[in-house]
Amino acid sequence: MSDWQPLASVTQLQQRALLLSSARAFFAERNVLEVQTPVLAKHTVTEPDIQSIEVPGFGYLQTSPEYHIKRLLAAGAPSCYQLGPAFRFGEQGRLHNPEFTMLEWYRLDFDQWLLMDEVAELVDQLLGAKPYQQLSYTDLVGPLGDRPRDELDLAFARACERLSAGRFFITDYPAEQAALARLNPDGLTAARFELVVDGVELANGYWELTDPAEHRRRFAKDNESRGQRTLPQVALDEAFLDAMKAGLPNCAGVALGFDRLVMLALGVKDLSQALAFRGQ
Amino acid sequence: MATYSTNEFRSGMKVMLDGDPCNILENEFVKPGKGQAFNRVKMRNLMNGRVWERTFKSGESIEAADVIDSDMEYLYNDGEFWHFMKTDDSYEQVAAGAAAVAECQNWLKEQDIYQVTLWNDDPIAVTPPNFVELEVTETDPGLKGDTANGGTKPATLSTGATIKGVPLFINIGDVLKVDTRTGEYVSRVKT
Repeated sequence: MSDWQPLASVTQLQQRALLLSSARAFFAERNVLEVQTPVLAKHTVTEPDIQSIEVPGFGYLQTSPEYHIKRLLAAGAPSCYQLGPAFRFGEQGRLHNPEFTMLEWYRLDFDQWLLMDEVAELVDQLLGAKPYQQLSYTDLVGPLGDRPRDELDLAFARACERLSAGRFFITDYPAEQAALARLNPDGLTAARFELVVDGVELANGYWELTDPAEHRRRFAKDNESRGQRTLPQVALDEAFLDAMKAGLPNCAGVALGFDRLVMLALGVKDLSQALAFRGQ
Repeated sequence: MATYSTNEFRSGMKVMLDGDPCNILENEFVKPGKGQAFNRVKMRNLMNGRVWERTFKSGESIEAADVIDSDMEYLYNDGEFWHFMKTDDSYEQVAAGAAAVAECQNWLKEQDIYQVTLWNDDPIAVTPPNFVELEVTETDPGLKGDTANGGTKPATLSTGATIKGVPLFINIGDVLKVDTRTGEYVSRVKT
């Protein structure tokens, strides 16, 4: 007999549905437009620590709607959000599934601080209100020194778990971990934040980089780092770069792992109970 | 020698770590959103029973340990070694030392079947079944008719092990069913 039964109970599925509609109501009240961008597209991200699932003949399952939403914003779309599936190769575990639900939204004329406030409002609405603390990356992992990146990543992952109960915004990531956030005026840290709730990394946001040349430089650096780690090179998404050249308006954006949020709302320890099924 | 990559790790898999064979208990995937992936692995060192936690970079490989669990019949003790025989009709025998037999000494009965863990064909651990039946060799005289009241006493078994929580009605010569995981009395099998 196959293990055909769903992972989540009917009650848990009902709670999940309520959270989905509550999140949509949150954005409707704020006039943030819901958009649906392709889940399957020709290009994907260059980030060396994110591996995409390739679909031969079609491209890649998208690891986040970031590039497409930014193209919408460059074309004049208002503040918008997408609540839908995203995919990452090889990520499977208690807090990971190769297919997951991502809630990603962009706010025109917000910086990371304004967006952090809004993230807290949303989380309060969905999980109940609680206080938030703010810590810098170095508060969390200690002085950077000349510690290599993998050591910092491990220290970060462990420190997040040690934060255990409570809600923490981590800010001021090292410039090398800026991803697509702009740098702070100090040039050493990035305008990037993450939200950790009860030891679970829940959301990651930026005051978005807009400089098209800097985008190209960061992508090239990603591919260089991929080369060093014998990972496949990723062809640059020229449509995205053209949109950056046309001009991304001043905005901040954040991606939130919706399945993890459901998991926290249900008070369960494993993502499995927040999902109807795991596909693998 | 075979190796296993972190993404092949499963509980029950036997691997070499710092020169000792270990049994993987748990393998957790850990990854910051924009960072590298790791596997936090809990394993039991099969030589000393200690549980270790190690973090590996995802994709890292470690050597497999040639460890197999084999059902074997306990034959006898020669004063130094405990001798076991395979139950697969090969009549192949192994001699396990005190370190391998350890606590299982308390539950060894000739002709019963035990799980012997072999590393490169050497026995490194002997695991008893969850329940064994052993004869009482020493205990205070039984109280006739007292089959219900709550009182208990200790009893010594044929292996020399002493167990607690034995009901007062038990006599020398009775055979008891014992839970080897807790070392506790379960029931009387026969008088």
